[in-house]
Amino acid sequence: MKTAEEIVAAIKLALPDAKVEAVLNPSPSAQHSLRVVPGDAVAVAGFLREDPQLGLDYCSNATGVDWPDKEITEKVKTTKVVDGVETVVEETVKRVEPGYLEAVYHLFSMKHGPTDPAGPVVLRMRTINRSDQVELPSLTPVWRSAEFQEREIFDLFGIVFTGHPDLRRILMWDGFEDHPMRRDYVDPDDYEYEPTAHDEVLKRAAEQKAHAGVEA
Amino acid sequence: MAVEPDLKIELGKQGVFVTTVSEIYNWGRKNSVWPMQFGLACCAIEMIATTMARYDLARFGAEVFRPSPRQADLMIISGTITKKMAPQVVRLYNQMAEPKYVIAMGACAISGGPFKQGYNVLKGIDRYIPVDVHIPGCPPRPEALIHAFMTLQARIDAQPLTGAERPRHLDAEAQGLFPVPEQGAHDLEPPVNRLVWPLPAPAAAAEPTEKHG
Repeated sequence: MKTAEEIVAAIKLALPDAKVEAVLNPSPSAQHSLRVVPGDAVAVAGFLREDPQLGLDYCSNATGVDWPDKEITEKVKTTKVVDGVETVVEETVKRVEPGYLEAVYHLFSMKHGPTDPAGPVVLRMRTINRSDQVELPSLTPVWRSAEFQEREIFDLFGIVFTGHPDLRRILMWDGFEDHPMRRDYVDPDDYEYEPTAHDEVLKRAAEQKAHAGVEA
Repeated sequence: MAVEPDLKIELGKQGVFVTTVSEIYNWGRKNSVWPMQFGLACCAIEMIATTMARYDLARFGAEVFRPSPRQADLMIISGTITKKMAPQVVRLYNQMAEPKYVIAMGACAISGGPFKQGYNVLKGIDRYIPVDVHIPGCPPRPEALIHAFMTLQARIDAQPLTGAERPRHLDAEAQGLFPVPEQGAHDLEPPVNRLVWPLPAPAAAAEPTEKHG
């Protein structure tokens, strides 16, 4: 099996315009992945599938990841004129890095069988943001097995897959509006008093009790 | 008018059988409870095992699992009820003819169980329909289901046919239809039927409150 860098090199050779990069995982698991720009995803996926050496004809898993907006605090050194003297002042600057949604595909080769090192080739792509620009190209035309899993990603994360043959919710009902696997999802407060309430639940129990007292 | 047990035995020795209407009526009811063929999750596997040769639910007169709610008396809620499935469960219950009974089988059916805080899990079917017997366990063993079934039989046997405790089908005023929840934009609407699942409110009202008081 080729390493992530070798696969990227092979893709660049076959598709010179494709924007692909290898994302290396420095942890002992060393699960490296390929990050592809959404516009090139279908072409790259087709190459991975059809290339005789790679032959990644089996998409075993497709899932989503939610990366919320990140607030980053940085210390920036600037020169300022204080009392007529130019001094270096350290300032704390906060900036918000916009979040995005990510789709992750795990690919294997049925044609070549088990590989050494074992493990999937991981293909990832990101949306532009988490609110209105959440389209990604569907890879169902390349790997049929991605159909239901892309529907699940659409349902739980809210990524809209363009080119998907039947993009509907799969776990939740059609009229449902939220995306429960997003980090900022707040589940409905249908909590009821229970005898073994604890921690966070205890607080909600007190609130609900108080609420019931008002209603009664 | 009830017959004294001693007198009944004495009369039985003389070849005279004495009974009451409620006794013979309940005897008939309790020994021909037909469950609905209806499984929701892994508890259903235990329910199936209960009906098979080793545990043999047929010994209690419940061997016929009917595939139609019109022909069933007992709904065994065997497994996790998702919020997507809950309206169908309530609708099936409504379609059953009186007298009808419900056994909530397993941790999920009685409270949501290990999935209680999941986004799509109903926290117990007793929020929408009245439950006769709850069985804890994850999943309950077939013996537990048989015990629940025997408990249900004992309840049926002890039920008076007149007065406030009479079964629903003998009460012209009683409501046999339960509202089917709608699937709303964020949750089931309403999230709970307060007629069958009242809040444990009165004790709470006296406590000092911070936010809503």
